[in-house]
Amino acid sequence: MTNIPETGRTPRVQIRLVVIQILVLSLLGTLGGRLWYLQIREGAAYQKEASGNHVQQVVAPAVRGSILDARGVPIADNETRLVVSASRTDLLKQKDDGKAVLTKLAGVLGMKPADVMQKVRLCDAKTPQPCWNGSPYQPIPITDKATAKQALQIRERSEDFPGITAEPEAVRRYPAPGKSNTAQVLGYLSPVTDDEIEQAKDTNSPYLRSDMVGRSGLEREYDKELRGKAGVTRYEVDNLGRVIGKAKSDAAEPGSNLVTSIDSRVQRVAEYELENAMKVARQQYDKITQENYKADSGAVVVMEAKTGRIVAMASAPNYDPNVWVGGISAKDYKALTGKNSDYPLLNRAIQGQAAPGSTFKVVSTAAAVQAGYVWDGGYPCTSSYSVGGQVFKNFEGENFGPISLGRALEVSCDTVFYGLADREWKKDGGINPKKGEPKDWFFKTAHQFGLGKETGIDLPNEVTGRVPDRQWKLDYWKANKDAWCKSGKKDGTYVEKIEYENCLEGNKMREGDEINYSIGQGDTLVTPIQEAMIYGAVANGGTEYQPTIGKAVISADGKTVQEIKPKVLRKLPVSQATLKGMDEAFAGVITRGTAAWKFGGWPQDKIALHGKTGTAEVYGKQTTSWLATYSKDYTVIMTIAQAGTGSGASGEAVRNIYSALYGVQADGSVDKSKALLYTPQQGLPKVRTDGTIASPKVSKDPAKDFQASQQDKNNTDNGQTPAATTASPSTGNRTTRRRPRKRGSRRMLT
Amino acid sequence: MTGVNSFSVSGYGPARAGWTRIFARDSLARRLDWPMMLAALALSLLGSLLVYSATRNRTEINQGDQYYFLIRHLMNTGIGLALMIGTVWVGHRQLRNAVPILYGLSVLGILAVLTPLGATINGSRNWIVFGGGFSLQPAEFVKITIILGMAMILAARVDAGDKPYPDHRTVLQSLGLAAVPILVVLLMPDLGTVLVLVTIILGVLLASGASNRWIFGLLTAGVLGCVAIWQLHILDQYQINRFAAFANPSLDPAGVGYNTNQARIAIGSGGLTGAGLFHGSQTTGQFVPEQQTDFVFTVAGEELGFVGAGLIILLLGVVLWRACRIARETTELYGTIVAAGIVAWFAFQAFENIGMTLGIMPVTGLPLPFVSYGGSSMFAVWVAVGLLQSIRVQRPMSA
Repeated sequence: MTNIPETGRTPRVQIRLVVIQILVLSLLGTLGGRLWYLQIREGAAYQKEASGNHVQQVVAPAVRGSILDARGVPIADNETRLVVSASRTDLLKQKDDGKAVLTKLAGVLGMKPADVMQKVRLCDAKTPQPCWNGSPYQPIPITDKATAKQALQIRERSEDFPGITAEPEAVRRYPAPGKSNTAQVLGYLSPVTDDEIEQAKDTNSPYLRSDMVGRSGLEREYDKELRGKAGVTRYEVDNLGRVIGKAKSDAAEPGSNLVTSIDSRVQRVAEYELENAMKVARQQYDKITQENYKADSGAVVVMEAKTGRIVAMASAPNYDPNVWVGGISAKDYKALTGKNSDYPLLNRAIQGQAAPGSTFKVVSTAAAVQAGYVWDGGYPCTSSYSVGGQVFKNFEGENFGPISLGRALEVSCDTVFYGLADREWKKDGGINPKKGEPKDWFFKTAHQFGLGKETGIDLPNEVTGRVPDRQWKLDYWKANKDAWCKSGKKDGTYVEKIEYENCLEGNKMREGDEINYSIGQGDTLVTPIQEAMIYGAVANGGTEYQPTIGKAVISADGKTVQEIKPKVLRKLPVSQATLKGMDEAFAGVITRGTAAWKFGGWPQDKIALHGKTGTAEVYGKQTTSWLATYSKDYTVIMTIAQAGTGSGASGEAVRNIYSALYGVQADGSVDKSKALLYTPQQGLPKVRTDGTIASPKVSKDPAKDFQASQQDKNNTDNGQTPAATTASPSTGNRTTRRRPRKRGSRRMLT
Repeated sequence: MTGVNSFSVSGYGPARAGWTRIFARDSLARRLDWPMMLAALALSLLGSLLVYSATRNRTEINQGDQYYFLIRHLMNTGIGLALMIGTVWVGHRQLRNAVPILYGLSVLGILAVLTPLGATINGSRNWIVFGGGFSLQPAEFVKITIILGMAMILAARVDAGDKPYPDHRTVLQSLGLAAVPILVVLLMPDLGTVLVLVTIILGVLLASGASNRWIFGLLTAGVLGCVAIWQLHILDQYQINRFAAFANPSLDPAGVGYNTNQARIAIGSGGLTGAGLFHGSQTTGQFVPEQQTDFVFTVAGEELGFVGAGLIILLLGVVLWRACRIARETTELYGTIVAAGIVAWFAFQAFENIGMTLGIMPVTGLPLPFVSYGGSSMFAVWVAVGLLQSIRVQRPMSA
């Protein structure tokens, strides 16, 4: 009692109570401080995190634009398929997470319930395919092959199928009008990759996870235009993903249509003729290799000579572009790209390159004129040309005596060009020219013609070809000399001898190199599209146009039209007088020269054709055939690998293409009503405001129609291989022009 | 019974009638601690708004009635107020006689939870579910009876004037009284309540004037107890996970760390003034679980911002500050101990509850006094307020 103060409170308790009070208030102070830190100092960051929590996007994909031919016939469009999809968010609202609904749905669709459930589960590290790897807020497609009856069942009893929709959706389709294939030109689509999404994230056309992206051909080149803009609706959602409000909505903008200069009928004829020419070539016996021609690949280009627009472009072998639709199977993919495939994805018109053979003489002739040689001078066309013990033979060993440049072009006299190139080589300083001295007219002219670089056609991955000039030889030697010097032998096999020579002086322009080059052999490489560009320029008076396939981009409602105008690349370094001489010479090739045996009976007075044949050597393989031709309006280039001579392999086919274009009948008359495209297509097809397109009908198979019309007149019975036996009278010089040659000797072909 | 007792409070003049009597100087109403009561009432009413905001769209739990939780919260507050008035009316000293009975009832209550009568909610078996959607958490009332029981034992001889401080035997007796319910609660297991009870014991012993050795001994025992709990694997995996998530909040943000992460996002996004009542996207989107009960503070943080959430802390501060004052001002040790026990209870529970939403305490299932939805908790805290008021009203006037 004595210790208890008046208040009845001991100091110990009093002090402890104060301690408790201080402790309590400091705890509350701690809470206040922490609250300030979270809300005031770090508030902005948390606000950002919170908004990311609540907004989800739902993407309405844009309909991809169509690719149309010059008359408006769709060659790539979309077909409507009935797609049955399930909304996860709706399914999760049900008591059993939608299991009953999915089971019922599986019954309607004739699928196994387990398969349906697998399709709607979300992919994660532990879940193997099949699973859904898109946004969980996106309707998940269960099948795109629903029948109308199934769709009706689902839609009529929508209360039994909550969260399930059966909607028509657009799926890419390559309809192949008139059996035209156009596969490599069109290209294909495949799903966007994570890398691409990441890369395009901050650009003005970001990808969506559901996007399909053009991977080659026009689909890739014009991907941005065709793709359109997907509609995005942003929803506020709760923690279970249930929508509690709509934040922002952008409607989908369908992609624009691409009008091309392709005419699907001409395309079909070109494809058919190419394929047929290859088939026929495989039945021909090659006396050099002692076996039939392999004719394993080829390309044909039909181009408007005055604009550079491509009317048809075919590459063989080809494939069905529809294999890509809806995801390509592993087996199909291997067949298209595997080691044992013949690489049908390659567009050999722009990605195939080969020595041009005598079709190159158009460049050599122009080079000779630039170097100062007069057109009408008498240049000796001897049967062979010897340089330092090496004999370069004229193709057929013929001797025409002194002839003009035009005549040399017409009869494809190799020795004239050997002589000219040799003189230039000597003038330029021979094997060891002084620096800056060589004029290199032959190489310079090739560059002036646009060889050795892309034409710039509106297709991806074009190759450049090659002009084997001094710079290239030096670079190539530097890259390969170690290997050459190692395996080259002075007295070894043919290859070893060449390697030995290359090791010694492969960095220099040797006499033989330039002589070889002057007739388009050796290391020279050109692509069919480059040939089309050059011969088109000769046809139109000397202007090289950039080859184009796209003609216009028209918006889905037809309201805005963005035309793609022909683009002049350069003028040929050739005077009008020289061009006229060349023109006459190329006409002579058709009427009395190397291609005449395939063009007998051609109405040259009505439709003047010009051409140049070429046969290029490929070491270890059969010869590559080239046929470069042009009329007033069109350039047609055909090349087939391992198929013999240009005229022999492609003569009939090219003639048939012209006949189809101009309506030339078997008897030589011209029926404009039967012509597919007597003059190049003018104007653009009309896209109506509702998105439909006015386009003419294409018959089931224009190539067959053409065959039929030729046979009607002629009453021939050649149903099996009509192209090979077209009624063009043989000139009878077939045997003389296909003389066997000795192997091993350096032979030069026309 | 009346508010009049042996320490007469109305010895200053003739009895007055009616309102005058109630508000007369030294009348009961005048002697109540109004700031504390108003602060507690404000917390309860603010709580009703927050509970409403958190539950109005939750059709799966509000039986399709958006006001379901609001009405029940207000009803609970009303019953709580009535219980407070009843407690003041009876008086804490009169209750002293009933403490053994109340203690026995509360221990029976928590024992009943362990029988088939009990229900497990969120991993803890601490509910008794009656029919008609009525359920009870007896552990809430154990908090009160432990305080009262320990105070009774510890203060008996001191208040009688026999001793200045409780001796070791009394301390042991009081600890024994507390140990029984704590063990039962541990079996539920309701770790949060155990922590509250231990804190209460600490507060009670501090205020009783028991020897420092007891205080330190108890603290040491607490630490050893934690080690033992850990070593003996008494904790369930979910409780261990909660501690792991507390130590490292970025751990498994969709799993155990989810609550704390979402709670912190909700509070952090509130900023100074918040998104506005009913406009919090975290709340509307139900990203924070248990938001009407244990995580009710996040609604305030998101929708009312620093201003509103700070106000809640401030109001709790008012209640605690007044309670501390009551503990200091009363001269009888019994009242002091009861008040200090309540302070320890409220302070720890508020700090733990708000602290876990702010990410500075691990997650345990404790309601925020006055604010969280829940009848048992609401009744218990208002009874405690009644006890505090009674201590203040009945304090012996210093001469």
